[in-house]
Amino acid sequence: MSTAAVAHSVVTPSPRAKWIAGVLVVAYALISMIPLFWIVITGLKTPSDSISYPPKILFTPSLEGYVNLFTTRTRQTPEFIASLPPATTWYDKLVRSRNMVIAGPSRYLERYVNSLIIGFGSTFLAVVLGTIAAYAFSRFKVPAKDDLLFFILSTRMMPPIAVAIPIYLMYREVGLLDTHLGMILLYTAVNLSLAVWLLKGFMDEIPREYEEAAMIDGYTRLQAFIKVVLPQASTGVAATAIFCLIFSWNEYAFAVLLTSGNAQTTPPFIPFIIGEGGQDWPAVAAGTTLFLIPIVVFTVLLRKLLLRGITFGAVRR
Amino acid sequence: MSDAVEKRPLAERLAEATPGGIARRMRGLSDRSITWLFISPTIALLLAINIFPLLWTVVLSFTNYRANREAPIRWFGIRYYADILTDPDIWAGMQVTARFVVSTIVIETLLGFALAFLIDRKFRGHGFWTTVILIPMMLSPAVVGNFWTFLYQPQIGLFNHAVSFLTGIPPSSFTMIGDVTLAPWSIVIVDAWMWTPYVMLICLAGLRSIPNDIYEAAEIDRASAWRQFWSITLPMALPFIMLAVLFRGIENFKMFDLVNLLTNGGPGSTTELASITLKREAFEKWRTGYASAFAVILFVSIFGLANIYVKALNRVKQR
Repeated sequence: MSTAAVAHSVVTPSPRAKWIAGVLVVAYALISMIPLFWIVITGLKTPSDSISYPPKILFTPSLEGYVNLFTTRTRQTPEFIASLPPATTWYDKLVRSRNMVIAGPSRYLERYVNSLIIGFGSTFLAVVLGTIAAYAFSRFKVPAKDDLLFFILSTRMMPPIAVAIPIYLMYREVGLLDTHLGMILLYTAVNLSLAVWLLKGFMDEIPREYEEAAMIDGYTRLQAFIKVVLPQASTGVAATAIFCLIFSWNEYAFAVLLTSGNAQTTPPFIPFIIGEGGQDWPAVAAGTTLFLIPIVVFTVLLRKLLLRGITFGAVRR
Repeated sequence: MSDAVEKRPLAERLAEATPGGIARRMRGLSDRSITWLFISPTIALLLAINIFPLLWTVVLSFTNYRANREAPIRWFGIRYYADILTDPDIWAGMQVTARFVVSTIVIETLLGFALAFLIDRKFRGHGFWTTVILIPMMLSPAVVGNFWTFLYQPQIGLFNHAVSFLTGIPPSSFTMIGDVTLAPWSIVIVDAWMWTPYVMLICLAGLRSIPNDIYEAAEIDRASAWRQFWSITLPMALPFIMLAVLFRGIENFKMFDLVNLLTNGGPGSTTELASITLKREAFEKWRTGYASAFAVILFVSIFGLANIYVKALNRVKQR
């Protein structure tokens, strides 16, 4: 690495090559962002603007999609609405201008909170269990270690629907169907295999001499693990946590089959945001936008960690 | 390596912080008990939620059990296995799955490698644009797939208007997800949109792993850039490309969420991937035993194919 780079075509590309590469990559990036851009602007359209022919790029923004996302409404006659006391809030006014009255909150917020509880709960468990297991796999003699590690990983090759069949039966027996705990345990188990693999890689990179030095100085193995190894492994733990969180947040197959009224998360809920006569696309887009924002923010803020985790996990396996 | 630099102060700090004592060290748990303490929760959870269900699936696959009925369970032996393996509909579904897997892999690998190669030219701002390109793969396939049904609407959808803008075909003259020949492509397009970045990332790791001195040596030998690409870049990045192909292959073989919302297997069964069939049998027709047998067959296929592929991959790596 220390050899000074000699100027030539492949290692240091010419300015023209760089320019062409840049234009192509930026073009791809911009095109791939169009669907996301469309989600965001559809969320700000009125229902009639959202289904106009041809699609509208210029329109007067409206918060109707967001109001519809968070409320349930009933249609009323204009006479009935006129007989009501005047609307006090802007969203009441907006809904009444469509000859409707707000009947109550929708279940979107509930689903979003479920996603948060299940996402963070399972991430926390997977990272804690994964960290200690990875440490043991990395440092100690474990009987049949390679077989165990391979077995842990092979659980990810099952199609989720195939796993869902027995899980459904099992959860029905023990009463975990449609509960937060059931989903947290399930997502923990799914994430755990990846977490152990990723974290073992990160732990292997930390020199053993650190703990040995600490233990010579009087630390027990457990203290050395907590006070010496864990701080060193924090980047790896953070990267793993993000992966687990993103998986749980995005997961759909188990959620749609194993949850319904109580513990349902956001992904199976969003397709069922419907208005009068079919899907209410601005509300769907609004719900989608709010659901995707945390992930986009995560990706942009933590890209270094993510890149490390993705390539690291892939290359090690 | 920053490790070596940090080592001394750390050891010193530790020495100050702890009163030297062999006694304290002895009080701690033995390594053996720590090993079991640390590993057993993971093993227990995986046994309960992965292995036990897996074994249960295998047992159920030999019975006529239906999860929505109380009827007594009868042993069926390998009848369902024989049924499935001789069912032309299942084989047609496998072909749909295979076509989906192969076409997504080809598109994603070509595009992903090309992007990685371009990004590796290290133009100004390449870090930022790499992050932008990554965004689709971080999102929920189900939620985004659901929105793509809107983009694919023939009259009002953006996709048809974009195609119309580029080619002049009227936007309402075709429907992506309602047409027998176009529907398979509609899921391939969304999958490629989401997962090309993943292939790109792994290829990028491969390109960055090639040491510069090899190129420098080739430069001294006056090898053309074209020649360098074919005899250095591609062979050295090949293990990474093959790895990306493996991961995308496994993932798309079991693809469910994106397709379930986008086409739900339709029209007819033109996009009915293996996972969609599995869902229908298990959770719509409630033929639990039959679905379990199909699940076992799928798992064995994925596992077998992946193992053969890994052997090939290792041979490439050793070259």
